[in-house]
Amino acid sequence: MAKKGDWVRIHSIVLKAEERTAKLPEDTKKCDLQQWTKGFLQNEEAKLGDEVTVKTAVGRLVEGTLIDEAPCYTHSYGKFVPEIIEIDRQLREIMNFGGEA
Amino acid sequence: MALAKDYQSVMGRSNEIQKEALGLDYADFETSPISFDYDALMKSTGYTLDEIERIQGLHGVGNTPLLELRNITKLARKYAKPGFGARIFAKDESCNASGSFKDRRAACAVAHAKKLGYKGVMAATSGNYGAAVASQAAMQGLNCIIVQECYDSHGVGQPEIVEKARKCEALGAEVVQLTVGPELFYSFLSIMEDTGYFNASLYSPFGIAGVETLGYEIATQCREKLGKDPDVVVCTNAGGGMVTGTARGLLKAGCKAEVVAASIDLTGLSMASDVDFNKKSCTTGHTGFGVPYATDPDHSDVPRSAARPLRYMDKYLTTTQGEVMYMTEMLANLEGIERGPAGNTALAAAFSYAQELPEDAIVVVSETEYTGAGKHIQPQLDFARDNGIDIKFGDPKDDKPGTNLILPANPGLIKHKVADIEHFRKSLIKKAVKKAGVKPTAADLEFLAVETKTDVDFVKKTLEAEGLL
Repeated sequence: MAKKGDWVRIHSIVLKAEERTAKLPEDTKKCDLQQWTKGFLQNEEAKLGDEVTVKTAVGRLVEGTLIDEAPCYTHSYGKFVPEIIEIDRQLREIMNFGGEA
Repeated sequence: MALAKDYQSVMGRSNEIQKEALGLDYADFETSPISFDYDALMKSTGYTLDEIERIQGLHGVGNTPLLELRNITKLARKYAKPGFGARIFAKDESCNASGSFKDRRAACAVAHAKKLGYKGVMAATSGNYGAAVASQAAMQGLNCIIVQECYDSHGVGQPEIVEKARKCEALGAEVVQLTVGPELFYSFLSIMEDTGYFNASLYSPFGIAGVETLGYEIATQCREKLGKDPDVVVCTNAGGGMVTGTARGLLKAGCKAEVVAASIDLTGLSMASDVDFNKKSCTTGHTGFGVPYATDPDHSDVPRSAARPLRYMDKYLTTTQGEVMYMTEMLANLEGIERGPAGNTALAAAFSYAQELPEDAIVVVSETEYTGAGKHIQPQLDFARDNGIDIKFGDPKDDKPGTNLILPANPGLIKHKVADIEHFRKSLIKKAVKKAGVKPTAADLEFLAVETKTDVDFVKKTLEAEGLL
């Protein structure tokens, strides 16, 4: 349960698929235009899925569905990609770094 | 009474919103349905190159090192004919305050917004420009909102864009993230109307004037370090701002270097497709932006774009995603500088193009960019693999965007392709006339010749062939 003043993430539908009139590829036409932003919860308390209002970093009041409490970043340096090590090995070998073994 | 905020109503007020948000009326520069006074638009900033240098200098921007890439040059020469293999240099633009050349664009725009009394700035960008505007807004004491196209319809984001959102938030900005589609512009306009913030568009004259210092520095640093001008400057090309601003700066320095644009070839992937969105393994510096913006500059977030790359580019080279990833690793391993992949598009083109030039020629790559979690070849390759892209070593000529990603089996296989610039020039001329729906006047023909770095005869022939004259 999030409380007033907590930093949360909200989601909303800006345009439903059928409301999208711009020139779009067929696959995109079938999708809603969705939007996410973050801010301080303005409701006294709310649980995930509730319609809430937040105050964003610049002070805008924005409405949306509460989807995350205490949102954090999860992007990373990714899983191991062996090809990268092979590139490194190859380049250093061609350039003969460190001289003859 | 509150204004209606539905799609049609907001888009219908687009011109007024933009006028308010830029403090600039583009109608003042229109000279005919086809032409406008580009020089007057650029002069409308009211800032000289010296003033822009001063503003940038006050805000941690510009005067970045020009690094000679000696080992990369040495490697390129192994694949060149005897006596060939130009010296390759890179402008280390990652040294700017937020880590990319985009700070040059942002510094000037944000300073201008502050001067005009705006309380905040906004930009629509999924690229480094967001962090640049956020950084400058923080330094200059303004609020900042960045609107990003970030996710597919399942909420899966490109790691590179997710990282850029993090950086904007770290610098105090609000980040609004959207799924794929050009209606981002609607959200952007609507928020701009509500907040009354300044449109720090990538394509405003303030933004482009800010890049001129980059070209100017390249010319002056080459003169100081090497006692001569660069022969070639290679610029990564997406929206056209880097090519336009750098070329204008070179010209202001009296430097006649060849201006080469470089983009990753993403032919076959639709930029507005929800499915294709995450089949890209790079999110900028590719032909998906580069070609449409070059051939029709005026479809951005301002009525007339100040980025008009076909006015300035002499050649347009393409590379592949795999070549750029390989070059990024090369830059780290052979030169000891770890930088983000997107900025290395021009480096990949330069590595191969330098092999066609004599050893005493000077090739300058106009930028590097910061790297970090998400914005790095490992998460980008890992993301590609998770999205079913076949990553393997081979010959980059077998590259098929959205299907595979071919890392060159050896550096000798990195080979730029020469894009048909004449085709792009013709395309711009035809689009401009068709869009206006009028018969071009003599002044329009002159305008289109300048727009495409051609002559009136070329413009006439192009239009005659289409029955548009």
